[in-house]
Amino acid sequence: MGVVVFWVLAAGAVAGGIAVFAVDSMARATFALLLSFLCVGAELLLIGLPYLGLLVVLMMIMEMLIMAVFMVMYMMNPAGLMPMTMVHNRRGSAAVSAAVFAALAAGALLTPWPERRGVPAHDTTFALGEAVMGPKMAVMMLVGVAILATMITSVVLATGRGRYDRHGDRLDARRPADPGRGAP
Amino acid sequence: MGEPGAVWAVAVLPPVVAGLALGAAGWDSVLAARDAGRGRALRAAADPLREAARLLLRPPRTVAAADRLLLRAGVVLLPAVALLAAMVVPLGNAMVMDPAVGVVWFNAVEVAVWAAVWLVGWGSNSAFGLVGGYRFLAQGLAYELPHMFALTTVGLGAQSLRVGEIVQAQQGLWFVVWMPVAFAVYLLSVLAMAFWGPLAHPVADDAAGGAAVELSGPDRLFFLAGRYALLAVAAAFAVPLFLGGGAGPLLPAWAWSLVKTAVVLGGLVWAGRRFPVVRMDRFAEAAWTVLIPAVLVQMLVVGIAVL
Repeated sequence: MGVVVFWVLAAGAVAGGIAVFAVDSMARATFALLLSFLCVGAELLLIGLPYLGLLVVLMMIMEMLIMAVFMVMYMMNPAGLMPMTMVHNRRGSAAVSAAVFAALAAGALLTPWPERRGVPAHDTTFALGEAVMGPKMAVMMLVGVAILATMITSVVLATGRGRYDRHGDRLDARRPADPGRGAP
Repeated sequence: MGEPGAVWAVAVLPPVVAGLALGAAGWDSVLAARDAGRGRALRAAADPLREAARLLLRPPRTVAAADRLLLRAGVVLLPAVALLAAMVVPLGNAMVMDPAVGVVWFNAVEVAVWAAVWLVGWGSNSAFGLVGGYRFLAQGLAYELPHMFALTTVGLGAQSLRVGEIVQAQQGLWFVVWMPVAFAVYLLSVLAMAFWGPLAHPVADDAAGGAAVELSGPDRLFFLAGRYALLAVAAAFAVPLFLGGGAGPLLPAWAWSLVKTAVVLGGLVWAGRRFPVVRMDRFAEAAWTVLIPAVLVQMLVVGIAVL
């Protein structure tokens, strides 16, 4: 049963990935990619990592929806409402992707995978939490702060209307100078 | 706790969710009739059934070059989200499943509303529909973090993400008593995720109905019913999270669950009629500058209390 579900999900993930490059709309491509990620999240559920699996589902839905906004915004035809293709430089990209696939598949098949030592944790969620808050704490703190700093920096650089524009140079405007002025 | 996985729980789930959704819609119609000054407002409770029949019978209107596939996906996703989320909501002691990460399950499923609303807005091939879809994403970025922190606070207080254990942890004292801020934030985020009342900007009148503008016939019925179902299920989840689940005197546990859910749901529907629509950028500002710090302080207090 588990094996059947695994292969169905694996096929779904690959099919979703292929669909990304086969459909003619950026919205459909985005949701094909999301479908592929959801299959991967379900695979994590299948191997007994419920927290990580659900987290992948949660994050991927949010991420792909935000990404849809940007993909539509930056795509090559106006407003993204006309048929498009995700594929450029067909021959070159086919060669590159075939080479990458062969390398990854060879890596997966040729690596001498280690034998399992010990038994899986009784509660994988708890074990994950202990790892993150224990031995991996320094890494997580560093990565977390770095990600937060990147987010704040990019927003500060990108925004055309920060708090000084809204509340004045001395930040003393009671009512922000927003474009859509409703009630105070 | 309870009897997760009971076969009858699976069978009971859809009718209970449908009944709660219908009740919410009926209550909203009664409030609307009363506000409009119509006599015998209670008779308006049957309006949603009439409207449903009308939508089922009316031939759907279609827009040229609409992306039917994505539109239908969004329309079906909304009620599906409500049903999937309801699987971890206990009715008394019974629930369809009680996974170790039940709270995360609820959160992960409920986030799919983002996809549903955007898909409907995009698939309609309508400018106003698209505006509504984008509005919901902006609103989502505003409500989702306070919502997650409220859920995290509950998990922290119960020291578990399993819904059954969260209910058990409230045997002495309901979480609403010592986590009032988290409860308020949760209720607000319920309004936001069901784009209801003050947070109905994604389907607001100023955009001619926003994401739902081009929906007609059965599509519209599914979308609106899914929205009511989502509101009902999210309100029902407040009961095990903050209101002690099925705990209460005299009545059986399932009855207490229903009574508490009805009170929360009725209050949310009433609040939806009572307050004006808030623009999502204003809500975003309030969410990031007020709600997130407030719920973080709440989490700190709970964390210290638990230690």
